[in-house]
Amino acid sequence: MATRIVVDPITRIEGHLRIEAEVKDGRIVDAYSSGTMVRGFELILKGRDPRDAWAFTERACGVCTTVHALASVRAVEDALGITVPQNAEMVRNLMFCAQYMQDHVVHFYHLHALDWVDVVSALKADPQKTCEIARSISRWPRSSPAYFADVQKRIAAFVNSGQLGIFANGYWGHPAYKLPAEVNLLGVAHYLEALEWQKEIVKIHTIFGGKNPHPNYLVGGAPCAINVDEANAINAERLAMVGQLLDQAQQFIEMVYIPDLLAVASFYKDWASVGGGLPNYLVYGDLPVHSYNDTVDYKFPRGAILNRDLSTVHEVSGKDTEQIKEFISHSWYEYSDGDEAGKHPWKGETNLKYTGPKPPYEHLNVEGKYSWLKTPRWNGHPMEVGPLARMLVAYASGREEVQEVVNSTLKKLDVPVTALFSTLGRTAARGLETVLIAGWAKEFYQQLLSNIKNGDTRMANTDMWEPETWPEEATGVGLSEAPRGALAHWIVIKDKKIDNYQLVVPSTWNASPRDPQGQRSAYEASLIGTPVNNPDQPVEILRTIHSFDPCIACAVHLYDEKGRYIHQVATF
Amino acid sequence: MQDHPLTIWEHARLRGYSRRDFLRFCSWLAAAAGIEASGVGKVLHAMDTKPRLPVVWFHFQECTCCSESFIRSSHPIVADIILDKISLDYTETLQAAAGFQAEEALHATMKKYKGEYLMLVEGSVPLKDDGVYCCIGGRTALDILKEAAEGAKALICWGSCASNGCIQAAAPNPTGATPIGKIIHHPQVINVPGCPPIGEVMAATVVHLLAFERVPQLDGLSRPKAFYSRRVHDTCYRRPNYDAGLFVETFDDENAKRGYCLYKMGCRGPVTYNACGVTRWNNGVSFPIQSGHGCIGCSEASFWDNGPFYRHLASFPGFGIESTADTVGMAVGAAAVAGMAAHAVVTNLSKRKHIREGIKEGKENADTPKGGA
Repeated sequence: MATRIVVDPITRIEGHLRIEAEVKDGRIVDAYSSGTMVRGFELILKGRDPRDAWAFTERACGVCTTVHALASVRAVEDALGITVPQNAEMVRNLMFCAQYMQDHVVHFYHLHALDWVDVVSALKADPQKTCEIARSISRWPRSSPAYFADVQKRIAAFVNSGQLGIFANGYWGHPAYKLPAEVNLLGVAHYLEALEWQKEIVKIHTIFGGKNPHPNYLVGGAPCAINVDEANAINAERLAMVGQLLDQAQQFIEMVYIPDLLAVASFYKDWASVGGGLPNYLVYGDLPVHSYNDTVDYKFPRGAILNRDLSTVHEVSGKDTEQIKEFISHSWYEYSDGDEAGKHPWKGETNLKYTGPKPPYEHLNVEGKYSWLKTPRWNGHPMEVGPLARMLVAYASGREEVQEVVNSTLKKLDVPVTALFSTLGRTAARGLETVLIAGWAKEFYQQLLSNIKNGDTRMANTDMWEPETWPEEATGVGLSEAPRGALAHWIVIKDKKIDNYQLVVPSTWNASPRDPQGQRSAYEASLIGTPVNNPDQPVEILRTIHSFDPCIACAVHLYDEKGRYIHQVATF
Repeated sequence: MQDHPLTIWEHARLRGYSRRDFLRFCSWLAAAAGIEASGVGKVLHAMDTKPRLPVVWFHFQECTCCSESFIRSSHPIVADIILDKISLDYTETLQAAAGFQAEEALHATMKKYKGEYLMLVEGSVPLKDDGVYCCIGGRTALDILKEAAEGAKALICWGSCASNGCIQAAAPNPTGATPIGKIIHHPQVINVPGCPPIGEVMAATVVHLLAFERVPQLDGLSRPKAFYSRRVHDTCYRRPNYDAGLFVETFDDENAKRGYCLYKMGCRGPVTYNACGVTRWNNGVSFPIQSGHGCIGCSEASFWDNGPFYRHLASFPGFGIESTADTVGMAVGAAAVAGMAAHAVVTNLSKRKHIREGIKEGKENADTPKGGA
């Protein structure tokens, strides 16, 4: 007997997400993913100044702030043929790295860890033993028995107050939690430390972009001028602050995040065979060492993998109008020439047309249109995007530093290479790329310092700033990698204004509804086979959903086989 | 279990904070709220004796930058205490529970504390086409908003989305995005605009309610005067460059490298009311102008439609920063710049005029008190 499950809302980058799924014999047999909020950005952008587009699109998401601004300025620069100074590339890279480090750490501790760490169990821990475990896996100094006893005391007080606050109504005590009490206590302590640390690293955005969330960008470069002999510009003091923040970030990632990730993963190896989903992975690549246009030395290489065949990396182009197309056969839009054929984003259309049930509703018509997300395909294939895709493409492209961290992690956990294609693999890949990024950020920082030392302080190319210098018509694409995966903006400029603008964001790839062939996208595919041992407390579903990093709160509403409401499930 | 809700001090003590920590926290709160040293005792007393204020936080058409900003603002110990001290009974972003358990908590709070709870809203609400553009759990945002606002003691509208519609309300406003104040006619609405607002400003707005048991003084647009009564231009450390006629002419030019005024690069500081020049961002590290980009005016109504961002204000008919009242009046009469708030016009006058208007504004506010005791 199948049980109908409704997950609503899973809030992610641009809003509200709902998943309906069928559970049979304790496993999910089918799933549907629906975006239930729309703001019409693409309609609002029409007719605007292309140089303003970064500010508009940045507001697509305040959690992974900056990533849309970056894709946007690249799209405009591509259209107008602007090459930005290397210093600006380095500043953009540093902001990119700061975003990844903040976002991935927050995801692990504040969005995902509670799927694996039982907070209440930590009360039973022996702080002395937690200390021993902590010191066996890391040199992180905050590890004394007194420190952990203190944390434990705080949790006890929290629980005894009768008001569990943000920890209320979790699945504490669920048999799927397998960590010893002492490791749970370690996890809780670092949950609190990570909360404290996360607001420090974003100060890199504040230095270069003036604020966080939503720092400022600039078509042609970066808005922060360099002048080492001026208090009003990027000088030794500002750069020293960046350097210190990068050092602290690397320490936190290497001494807290990664040891915790490995310690937790070692207790959940069974999750290395659950939640694999799609066998195809897409990466646009990012972190140029010299220039955005020199894709060959990107730290994250560009490419696609099909059918988990790591021997071949396929070429990916945002400009080949046959490769990437968006379909709307299951989305609440209409195309001027019919809803069946896909459209390359340069020819993309955004005509809202809601045909779903009138709210309040219990169920969507999943046979018809059921989402505000369009369905993108690469050469007709559904693709997973995100940290796992990035690590796999880099691995398959022969990047030695990536191969080294992946292989050593597989060895430490004593799991086969196939373990990567899973819920656990996705979560581990996120941690591994964070370590790499912490190191790369310091290379970019050194490059910036070295340029300044050699007298190169250029930060913006303004040759094409004035609209009078632009061609009558131009098309561009800006490719990037957001923390959650491949991100691109396509722009058509006519008469100095935006004629068409299309965003295809990571969650469009991962969370979209079916395509006209009935192929599932990544969320829908990965849920199939995920166990649900207790429909009232489906912590397993959350593990797989959260392994994609769906940003913020999600709620799982459970229904019985007749579609009758059973339960709604707490998540975080 | 306690027979009375724990006071904030009792809670802090239970969580292992010393009295010294607690005093330090209270001093921080006072500082964040802009209270002079003599007011610290009052804050301390409020925290010692007050049970936790029930708070519910909603998300509609938004990008979650307000939640992110709020989290950034928190001082380490403050992060824990503020989240607990205000008894955040419902928040999709932070609480472990959502869905059934969260809604259960929400409804329990709405019932038990009817007329007592504080409601925080992030996001606008789409009214077009029966609200189908934002549904949560199969219900429209409008439905959810109305139900919760009915029993709220006060509403805080976080950010520009909830305060004035923000980006989704920019032309042509495809979904009919509407700010909360235009939907809910509640006697106590506080707007905290910005995209996002400064984290410390958000925290301080809540702190003010807690510490003084009253809504902070608000201006005619329901914004806390403490943070929105000064133009960014008037509190900008680059202002002397403006007065001396020293301007950046092109990004990254020699003048940019000297940190001259960004007015000619489109800076909206002269028409934007916010605390960026004083409080600054991310614990005072910087703010947009300091980092070399003009203010885009993100705390002003319709700022998205007052662009393009890099077209400097004098390029708009009548919006030269030192224009006379007559020119500005003509421009507005001709609707040359749709959606520019009237107060912004007023403050584009000469400095002398500005001071005069300031006095007048003060009188107007005295005549029509909003908030306060």
